[in-house]
Amino acid sequence: MSNNIYLRKGLDLPINGEAKSVTKKVIVPDVVALKPTDFRGLVPKLLVREGDKVLAGTPVMADKMSQNIVFASPVSGVVKEIVRGAKRKLLEVRIQADIQQAYVDFGAKKVADLSASQIKEAILGAGLWPAIIQRPYGIIANPEVKPKAIFVSAFNTAPLAADMEYVLESEYNNIQTAIDALNKLTDGGVHMSFNAANYSSTSFHRLENIIGHTVEGKHPAGNVGVQIHHFNPIKKGETVWTVSMLMLAAIGKLFNTGKYDVSRKIAVTGPMAIEPAYVDAYPGIAVRQLKDFFDPSLDLRYISGDVLTGTSVGKDGYLGFYDNQVTILEEGDKYEMFGWAKPLRPALFSSSRTYFSWLTPKKKYDMDTNLHGGPRAFVVNDVYNKVLPMDLFPVHLLKACLANNIDDMEKFGIYEVLEEDFALCEYVCPSKIEIQQIISDGIALMLKEMC
Amino acid sequence: MNVLRNIVDRIKPTFEKGGKLGFLHSTFDAFETFLFVPNTVTRKGAHVRDCVDLKRVMIMVVLALVPAMLFGIWNTGYQHKLAFGLTDWTFWNVVLYGLAKVLPLYVVSYLVGLAIEFVSAQIKGHEVNEGYLVSGMLIPLIVPVDVPLWMLAVAVAFAVLIGKEVFGGTGMNIWNPALLTRAFLFFSYPSRMSGDTVWTGGVTRYMAEGQAWQAGNGLVDGFSGATPLADPTLANLEPKFLDMVIGTIPGSVGETSVIAILLGAALLLWTGVASWKIMFSSVLGGLAIGYLGYAVGATDLPGYYQLVMGGFLFGTVFMATDPVTSAQTECGKWIYGFLVGALAVTVRIWNPGYPEGMMLAILLMNTFAPLIDHYVIEGSIKRRAKKVKIA
Repeated sequence: MSNNIYLRKGLDLPINGEAKSVTKKVIVPDVVALKPTDFRGLVPKLLVREGDKVLAGTPVMADKMSQNIVFASPVSGVVKEIVRGAKRKLLEVRIQADIQQAYVDFGAKKVADLSASQIKEAILGAGLWPAIIQRPYGIIANPEVKPKAIFVSAFNTAPLAADMEYVLESEYNNIQTAIDALNKLTDGGVHMSFNAANYSSTSFHRLENIIGHTVEGKHPAGNVGVQIHHFNPIKKGETVWTVSMLMLAAIGKLFNTGKYDVSRKIAVTGPMAIEPAYVDAYPGIAVRQLKDFFDPSLDLRYISGDVLTGTSVGKDGYLGFYDNQVTILEEGDKYEMFGWAKPLRPALFSSSRTYFSWLTPKKKYDMDTNLHGGPRAFVVNDVYNKVLPMDLFPVHLLKACLANNIDDMEKFGIYEVLEEDFALCEYVCPSKIEIQQIISDGIALMLKEMC
Repeated sequence: MNVLRNIVDRIKPTFEKGGKLGFLHSTFDAFETFLFVPNTVTRKGAHVRDCVDLKRVMIMVVLALVPAMLFGIWNTGYQHKLAFGLTDWTFWNVVLYGLAKVLPLYVVSYLVGLAIEFVSAQIKGHEVNEGYLVSGMLIPLIVPVDVPLWMLAVAVAFAVLIGKEVFGGTGMNIWNPALLTRAFLFFSYPSRMSGDTVWTGGVTRYMAEGQAWQAGNGLVDGFSGATPLADPTLANLEPKFLDMVIGTIPGSVGETSVIAILLGAALLLWTGVASWKIMFSSVLGGLAIGYLGYAVGATDLPGYYQLVMGGFLFGTVFMATDPVTSAQTECGKWIYGFLVGALAVTVRIWNPGYPEGMMLAILLMNTFAPLIDHYVIEGSIKRRAKKVKIA
């Protein structure tokens, strides 16, 4: 299929609070958390006890189903607390970090000399296997399976997403190493999709051993699922793997330096972020370590990730494993008199023409978390397709998920989608339906019935 | 604003679970959310949401119906004036008469419909849906102005209960509730829904009791009261063409004025609330069959006459485009719309039993819309599977 596509459908959310390309602070990690809930369907097996000393790269927990998949501590320090929820479900492993990081030495390796199984072992052993996600279903890849191909999206179109060129500017060689390594795990090659708008200005288009594509369009054009849908659709029984650029850099670092180093630049963004910018930090750091960026006396929502798909972690929470963005929003628990009946609501954005924000296309908005309405049944059915650049029938897929009808879910494309692809559908939905949750439940049902 | 909010906050506990009037929870909620966009925040999924909601969408349709309604009120008075030769009536007399006739229709439509909506929301423990705001606005515009109010009440109750609530409320219904109201009236009380005398306000009563609001010297000599559909021939309609476009002809309250309907259509298309594909293809379907009938000699009216007569345009713009009961796939909308227009005109031209076919054409296509969608989707999935195989 074509290597260059133009996606007409989609929506770039005009939200305030884009991070400036400066690194304002180096965060010395205090307490970091590793959260099993960051990984879909994971049943964790704990490998450490409170009080144990760990290094960056020491396995902290494993996947109970395939125990060679381990999850490593991002920092060195002491296991401070193991947090469990209802029915003793493991929620967080909190680690008190050392001031100076010490790493497990896995030994630098030359990728060219390694076989596929050696590469797998190296990634698994160092706890970086969770970086590799399998489609369908978006779960951690099964190391026993040989995927049809591996897909990487070299750009992120999510609202206020970290600028890939900026956060990875020194990681070019590591990414190249990771690509060379992953190429040995598949016959279909490593596919990388670039943003057509800045293809020539990004240094990544010079990467080798990739099958390059360009994609032009609004969000969700940067979602790897949308790209796979157009370049190499997943049929029943097929598996492809996806890796984010961020995780490619970590995998490359493992081979180049022998260290499990997941430190990253994190974008602190959002309308309520004070002077949004980047910080040097680790996954799993506490939100309170970013206190320079917000006013804690306000009623705010702290999101690990972007506003469409991120997780609300709370003021005392910890960032997620895959995220390199924090979004800070105001909670919108206020009444608005005659809101829907007002001819104009200049402070609010709507993609619908029933309001007038389309007249001010350059304007950015201080969005808050108000739902702006009450939940209803599906009524208006042509709004979803306008923001979903996939050849699918979104309402029918959603109704199949609601009805737990596996045959229909298959037919309507459950193998090709994740929640993130439907996030904009949820955003525009005038019936305020929790679309991502419906997809999530649908995928959970498929996992239960098919695996 | 704060004063009102304070009052609402003060009386709110009474209507909550355990409160004295807790059984009226949904009703209170409906009024509260009508005044205030609630303070609910997102819990799952996307943390920010578009500020459009169903209330906004529905109010757009209601606004789009306002020109047809205003014209309908005026035209009701105007037709009465013509029928009884009330040459001394001013504009305000005409409007006053129209209001006196049309307002009760609205009161009945909204009272009965909303009462049922509120009660069923209460029983189901849901929030009250906005859907009836539109249905209630539509119903008085598609009935003859002289329809007895009790008949209207029965028909509305039937449509809302059997047509909508039994399926689960707004969004779940198979047929357009407003059209179902009309169909119920049409088949249950045909004498009040067809013929030449029902379309002009006051004539029914005058014929029965010899009285009217202001009967003057009785009906004027040349009074016919017939709609254009009663005698759809070129000889009859050519002189009336401009009247049909402006709408100064007898007919259901809101359906007569092409101009008023087009104003509403412009708003619906501009805001994207109604599908232009359905409107456009319905007009295409109407024209196609209209000209086919003209070509084979079944009628001497050129096809475009079909668009300005009867309820064709009103149905095309406001009823066929109902997003719940129409086809939902983009390709399906073309087929659905075309068949609505084509069927309506087919009935007009070839079926001697019914002078107008729009209502039944839309209801029939409502029934078949899921089938159209089914085949469109099957086709699309097969095509895509083939494409994937090749690649």
